[in-house]
Amino acid sequence: MPTISMNVNGTSVSAEVENRTVLAAALRENLGMTGTHIGCDTSQCGACVVHVNGKAVKSCTIFAVEADGAEVSTIEGQADADGSLNVIQQAFQDHHGLQCGFCTPGMIMTAAALLEENPKPTEAEIRDHLEGNICRCTGYQGIVNAIMAASGQNSAIAAE
Amino acid sequence: MYNFEFTKPTTVEDAAKAMSAEGAQALGGGQTLLPTMKQRLAMPEILVSLTDVEGMVGVSKAGTTLTIGGGTTHAQVATDAAASYPGLSALADGIGDPAVRNRGTIGGSLANNDPAACYPAAALASGATITTNKRDILADNYFQGMFETALDETEIVTAVSFPIPEKSNYQKFVQPASRFALVGVFVAKTADGVRVAVTGASNGGVYRWTEAETALNGDFSARAIEDMSGDATDMITDLHGSAEYRAHLVGVLTRRAVVASS
Repeated sequence: MPTISMNVNGTSVSAEVENRTVLAAALRENLGMTGTHIGCDTSQCGACVVHVNGKAVKSCTIFAVEADGAEVSTIEGQADADGSLNVIQQAFQDHHGLQCGFCTPGMIMTAAALLEENPKPTEAEIRDHLEGNICRCTGYQGIVNAIMAASGQNSAIAAE
Repeated sequence: MYNFEFTKPTTVEDAAKAMSAEGAQALGGGQTLLPTMKQRLAMPEILVSLTDVEGMVGVSKAGTTLTIGGGTTHAQVATDAAASYPGLSALADGIGDPAVRNRGTIGGSLANNDPAACYPAAALASGATITTNKRDILADNYFQGMFETALDETEIVTAVSFPIPEKSNYQKFVQPASRFALVGVFVAKTADGVRVAVTGASNGGVYRWTEAETALNGDFSARAIEDMSGDATDMITDLHGSAEYRAHLVGVLTRRAVVASS
């Protein structure tokens, strides 16, 4: 089996995987990082979104061997070193951006990618950017509010 | 999915050589191929990754032609073609979702030629040229039916050259679950005339709607095609829409594209 090397959340790791192993499975099963969730395994739900070389991708739809040599960021790397939540995570907690939490890792990673390229998105831009992330319990308003708040904008929340 | 051998060549020549093996299949961004393999609808014995092949990524403009490397992602096309070819940029920005656009490639889309994919409409309406490791193929000769193209088994889409039209627009009526085009229409107005390409509608894959082109060549306005709709004869009927519904949408979306073209 091939051995792949990646930098995951700033740490160099290697894993022995099959060619058919998708990145989500390599993270969860080989590296024990179960924060990345596999919801649908058909590229639709977005629970498995991680960043590969700075780009948000669905880790169930990229082979681990394709991420050989890549810089990967996952939900485990989002909190600060002392364990305190980062701005986006805190905003999700403050604004009811999650209920069961299953979709949350993907939501947070997608939101982080959005704010990286567009620090002050409109509500419409946020909703458009979340097209590939499905939440089936809390609804989207809390998630949108959280991302607005994380970007330092409170208009949507104030309007409630 | 079944396991496979994996190879990651760095040159087009080596990739073509690897693809000449029995059971070999090219892997672009994998946004169609991986789901297909999970369902065991595709069972390649060897995957030839094109990710590291040099010289296949980027968007460059020379005169009135925009050339896009076959390995360029939809996200990069959306960004890098925005100033030079806004109609194409907007199309790329509407494919799938942001994460899919960060992986999926224009070459992969054109090689697969899904009957509901967006890029085939842009390529056919623009009169693009598909460049492979072996030859240049005009879009008019390239698309040969549902999932069928002029490519042979060791051909790789290395680049696509789009003549930039004077005006263009793409209108997609999304299938609400898959976000593919239930029907999509790309209208391009060039110095040589108007071209209208329809995706998602026909059992034969992407096609040019020549009746609308003729009418629009006389008068480039929605009024010129006011009462027209597509020919339902060979259109797709499925859970999401009948052939007649799609034929109706072809007319509606073409009118919208003409109005919105810039």
